[in-house]
Amino acid sequence: MKKVAVIGVGCSKFGVRTDANISELGFEAVKPSLEDAGVDAEDVEFAAVGSVGSGAWYEELLPAVVVGEYCGLSGAGLVRCEAACASGSAAFFTAYSAVASGHAEIAMALGVEKMREIDSSTAMEWIGRAGYYFWEFHNFGMTFPAYYALYANAHMAKYGTTEEDMALVAVKNHKYASMNPVAHLRNKISVDDVLSSMVIASPLKLYDCSPITDGAASVIVASEEKVKELKVDTPVWIAGIGYSSGTANLSKRKDFVSLDASVLASQRAYRAAGISPNQLDFAEVHDCFTIAEIMAYEDLGFCGRGEGVKLLRDGQTEIGGKIPVNMDGGLKAKGHPIGATGCAMIYELTHQLRQDAVEKSRQIPMKNYVGLAHNVGGTGHYCYVTILRR
Amino acid sequence: MPSVKSRPITIVQEIPISKTLKFWEGLKEGKIFATRCCKCGKLYFPPSADCPSCICSEVTWVELSSEAEVEAFTHIVVRPTTFIEQKPYTVAIGRLKEGVKVLAWLTGFKLSQVKVGMKVKLVAKITEETNPTYEFVPP
Repeated sequence: MKKVAVIGVGCSKFGVRTDANISELGFEAVKPSLEDAGVDAEDVEFAAVGSVGSGAWYEELLPAVVVGEYCGLSGAGLVRCEAACASGSAAFFTAYSAVASGHAEIAMALGVEKMREIDSSTAMEWIGRAGYYFWEFHNFGMTFPAYYALYANAHMAKYGTTEEDMALVAVKNHKYASMNPVAHLRNKISVDDVLSSMVIASPLKLYDCSPITDGAASVIVASEEKVKELKVDTPVWIAGIGYSSGTANLSKRKDFVSLDASVLASQRAYRAAGISPNQLDFAEVHDCFTIAEIMAYEDLGFCGRGEGVKLLRDGQTEIGGKIPVNMDGGLKAKGHPIGATGCAMIYELTHQLRQDAVEKSRQIPMKNYVGLAHNVGGTGHYCYVTILRR
Repeated sequence: MPSVKSRPITIVQEIPISKTLKFWEGLKEGKIFATRCCKCGKLYFPPSADCPSCICSEVTWVELSSEAEVEAFTHIVVRPTTFIEQKPYTVAIGRLKEGVKVLAWLTGFKLSQVKVGMKVKLVAKITEETNPTYEFVPP
């Protein structure tokens, strides 16, 4: 396989973007990514588009084609990737594979999602159906917060995790989102704000949940030869990618305190990159709900089983700690436009590794120049873990 | 913000149940069936006409006991559109004596009484909308 580098990234403003349609939102990410890479749209030989809600929460059935045309990509090899909330990472893996295999010299992964064209209970409906509709939604009306709430209650029962502990994840991620100009929720919050917010699916409350967000992120990857030819200043290399999946029925999981897909995907990624978790300078983890970030610490090997809360309470996942996590505000506060999230994680990893994060106050000091992105689809239905190294 | 409304459509899918009909018929008689693979012996709930473990399509029907223990639960307050007329409801995953797990509504308890590890009973039920289903109730 060829060596592959990220040579350009772009990200739209995340939020309630009723001012832009799916194509216009995609353009907001594609344009800066091409400029960053120093290439033209016609140089992109293959584009993989991560997007989930086509025909459901937005109107276009073939977003790759529609957004592709709008962004000057018509003629490139094109595919839409669906891996639920990990679709952006699936698109990134696809673009990476196109270059690593020698099929293309330059490829693009574009994540784009418009979730706010429908009302919020219909959004709850669509996302709730995205597990196993027939066995877990049809008669039982599961919602996405409810899926993670099952894990939260089980984690609390097994390890003594509390609602206050989970609130600390939200407080941390809102703090860093306040320093991130593209973030959806830029307000700082307190533990009391989280605890007093309305219950969505017990024990998860409004501030335990990532918001329903519109957004797009684009990543350009290239072969080593192309990196040299283009004289890219600071290529960020793809050191390893791991992937896995889990059962559609939550009732078929062995327990509700860990996501097996995260454990397996991360082990594969560490092996591919030839590193152990303690060599990471930082990580972006899939904090769609506060409990998900705590489980991620444990599943990715940042600490032992049941020790996630201690890592959090001790401030070890803040800047200056053992492993800063979600310094862009995470899904929790930067926002979670489902298909875009994976690419937005690569956007953040790339800027952190180049040491040009905006604002400077959330720049992580680097020792090994290695970062990890952990992107879960559904409730551990899919998982991709990507390790980048400068 | 200025916008154009898309053309509205209503979608209703007809989901086949021929291969698991015994399960749906059983619910009407108050029985809850699982399937067991004739080749590897693995028990499946939800019932499955095919065995993903040994890729075999020969299965037998087994009636489940009702004894279960709660492994996880949540009380859903913010409901999706098609459940908006329902009062907030509690969902649990219970592990049956036979080892399979079931996700279903849990009724007959105050939320403050619900704990991981508590004993519950799995029963068949016909909903107000006349759909056959199943739920957890106090033992």
